[in-house]
Amino acid sequence: MSGQSTYQPRSRFMQWMEARLPVMGLVHSSFVAYPTPRNLNYWWTFGGILSFMLVVQIVTGIVLVMHFTPHVDMAFNSVEHIMRDVNYGWLLRYLHSNGASMFFLACYIHMFRGMYYGSYKEPREVLWILGVIIYLLMMATGFMGYVLPWGQMSFWAATVITNLFSAIPIVGDPVVTWLWGGYAVGNPTLQRFFSLHYLLPFAIAGVVVLHVWALHVVGQNNPTGIEPTSDKDTLPFTPYATVKDAFFLAMFAIVFAWFVFYIPNYLGHPDNYIPANPGVTPVHIVPEWYYLPFYAILRAIPNKLLGVIALFSSIAILAFLPWLDTSRVKSANYRPLYRQFFWLFVIVCVGLGWLGSKPAEGGYVIASRLLTAWYFLHFIVVLPLLGFIEKPRALPMSISESVLKGKGAAALLAAIVLAGLAGFARPATAAEQVAPPRVNWSFAGPFGNYDRAQLQRGFKIYREICQSCHSLSLLSLRNLGETGGPDFSPPQVASIAAEYKVKDGPNDQGEMFERAGRPADRFPAPFPNEQAARAANGGALPPDLSVIAKARGYERGFPWFVIDAVTQFQEHGPDYIVAVLTGYADPPANFKLAAGAAYNRYFPGNAIGMPKPLSDGIVTYTDGTPQTADQYAKDVTAFLMWAAEPHLEARKRIGFQTMIFLIVLAGLLYFIKKKVWSHLHDHA
Amino acid sequence: MSSAGPTRRDFLFVATGAVGAIGAAATLVPLIAQMNPDSSTVAAGAPIEVDLAPITQGQAIKVFWRGKPIYIEHRSKSEIEAARNVDVASLPDPQADQARVKAGHDQWLVVIGICTHLGCIPIARQGDFGGFFCPCHGSHYDTSGRIRQGPAPANLAIPPYAFLSDSKIRIG
Ligand code: FES
Repeated sequence: MSGQSTYQPRSRFMQWMEARLPVMGLVHSSFVAYPTPRNLNYWWTFGGILSFMLVVQIVTGIVLVMHFTPHVDMAFNSVEHIMRDVNYGWLLRYLHSNGASMFFLACYIHMFRGMYYGSYKEPREVLWILGVIIYLLMMATGFMGYVLPWGQMSFWAATVITNLFSAIPIVGDPVVTWLWGGYAVGNPTLQRFFSLHYLLPFAIAGVVVLHVWALHVVGQNNPTGIEPTSDKDTLPFTPYATVKDAFFLAMFAIVFAWFVFYIPNYLGHPDNYIPANPGVTPVHIVPEWYYLPFYAILRAIPNKLLGVIALFSSIAILAFLPWLDTSRVKSANYRPLYRQFFWLFVIVCVGLGWLGSKPAEGGYVIASRLLTAWYFLHFIVVLPLLGFIEKPRALPMSISESVLKGKGAAALLAAIVLAGLAGFARPATAAEQVAPPRVNWSFAGPFGNYDRAQLQRGFKIYREICQSCHSLSLLSLRNLGETGGPDFSPPQVASIAAEYKVKDGPNDQGEMFERAGRPADRFPAPFPNEQAARAANGGALPPDLSVIAKARGYERGFPWFVIDAVTQFQEHGPDYIVAVLTGYADPPANFKLAAGAAYNRYFPGNAIGMPKPLSDGIVTYTDGTPQTADQYAKDVTAFLMWAAEPHLEARKRIGFQTMIFLIVLAGLLYFIKKKVWSHLHDHA
Repeated sequence: MSSAGPTRRDFLFVATGAVGAIGAAATLVPLIAQMNPDSSTVAAGAPIEVDLAPITQGQAIKVFWRGKPIYIEHRSKSEIEAARNVDVASLPDPQADQARVKAGHDQWLVVIGICTHLGCIPIARQGDFGGFFCPCHGSHYDTSGRIRQGPAPANLAIPPYAFLSDSKIRIG
């Protein structure tokens, strides 16, 4: 089955070259003449899609590293620097962060396809095991990448995952200390994760080469699971598989672009827009969606060591799949029983993922245990037994004779995977929290834009009310004049800037001094340090407002979070902020309010440290907008949304162009694919 | 099908190739643009003001603008004369001293202190012509910052600047 080199160089130079370094011959035999089974369906295009995603991740990653600073004091801000200041930095970073999710999505489809069609069976055991190794490397890489932005979720993910190793008897603690390079997760941890996060993708690329090599030795499996017997059963890779792969890659890119341009934070977690704080763990910490099933397995076991063992075995067991499955028939299309168990297994995996996003309490734990048990039973009991019990359907004599089936199943798989993906996205938050009312935002939806006048009014509120306690440390005064924002004119920006007092120095006498602000300055903070801010605010720290609109949210619950991915509802944060700003009320009779706190209907726990900030008429509008607390709240929130996402307008504009482009490209590729293959259907 | 094939199919291939090429080119835009100065760097490159009052005759100071060292020299009478008593046409990079300073402020020489050879920083008031001497490969500049001897091809560059008053300039 290995590609035989039929490549005949035409030019004299290429003949000379080929006799010395037969690269073209290798390419030709691997990607042109390479025979592929003629009955491959679209599930076989995910190998190509995965290669594409690996390239996307490496390219965007290399670029991000040019601007990222791996240091605990600077990592978070340097990511924000990328998002705000670097040319197209927001695009590159959203491509990379969503690219990781797309990479795993494609990987899971690829793996389930292998399981459904028995692609791990003889002679493809090594091919499969190499795939499991790639998957393991991907998990390590993805985890370490998630740590780099050094938000709250980054920090606590690093803490929890490294602590898994503390379960090892005797040497556990020294091992964890060694992993950290300190007595807790800290700067040495961040720096080594950064180093390894850069290294591992190249290790993945190396194993991918082996994976493809192994594939080209044994040849591709196919939906019938029987090996090609004659030339009639196969087609040359180019053009047949190439156009098919290209078409489906374009389709996949549309999904990718949807996430990047329209719902870039959908798969992330608001808490990761809060800088890492070693003193406070977020109430619900959850890993990225692609680790959730394993997280559920970990939490299902009440014993620390056994939980960790279960977690690692659930991945390791995949490597033994070729020998656990005793049936000699590969494709589930001909295995009526296995087929049902396969789908049950898919549902169990998705279910575990859903449970992983839920708090570890009550019924969720029981359900996690049941599903975990089934996960292992599937491998250890069901698969070995099925080979003996099951009576497979008659296999076709050859591939060319077979008829394609299973399209319904394919659609079902897609639906389940997508629903699962969406389901993982938003983990539960405190149940007692009341959902904020929806606000109509001008910046919502695929064509949403900021309302300039509203941003200017919102800035006025910030300046006259919020600024006395809240910093806006990631923004510079010059941002007020940049396109896509409040759009103040340069003289306006200069005069606004001049009203701020900025600390500068030291001067020639070695002293710090105050001067009028300049557009290039950052917004000065109201307090010199955290302690001063706390002291002035009764012990509570007024949070920085730079990314607050992305750092807050609320749970939408099923089925809304699925619908949100389609309707592009992304304004959880702004809705929540408006609700909190206007949600002050008298506490119910039985509610004990701590001294200095106020009652707020929408704040988690209801006791908020911030006194009611807005009331009717406290800020004067000159453009005739009603001077109500409601209006103030909306205006300042719109301003804060811009502060958190200053390139939203460019994102949506470029997103629209990209979508049009991809749809045209996919359409053209579809017609090419039809042309190329129609020729075949005529004569086959 | 195949009889109508060739032209239709060719068109399809060409169109797809063209669209793909546009996509590839568009993808390169952000990848290239990200290496240009980001907006914080651009903002930090705004003009600066320098007070000349403390600089006595015969003294030179170095300030930084956009990461480049700028020499500001308060030249003496004899230095100005030395710079002007030269046959301009005989210079490697002919330029009159008058063209390198602001009229009425002839004593002030403001140059970017980067050797035009390969970018080292020349030392002020050194070398055979009393102006600048670049130790890297031995370029000599005169009191007007013009190249006189050595491998550098051009005179020291003049940054954009203007006098706000007799004792204050804005660079940039
Ligand atoms: S860099 Fe100055 S002489 Fe070469």
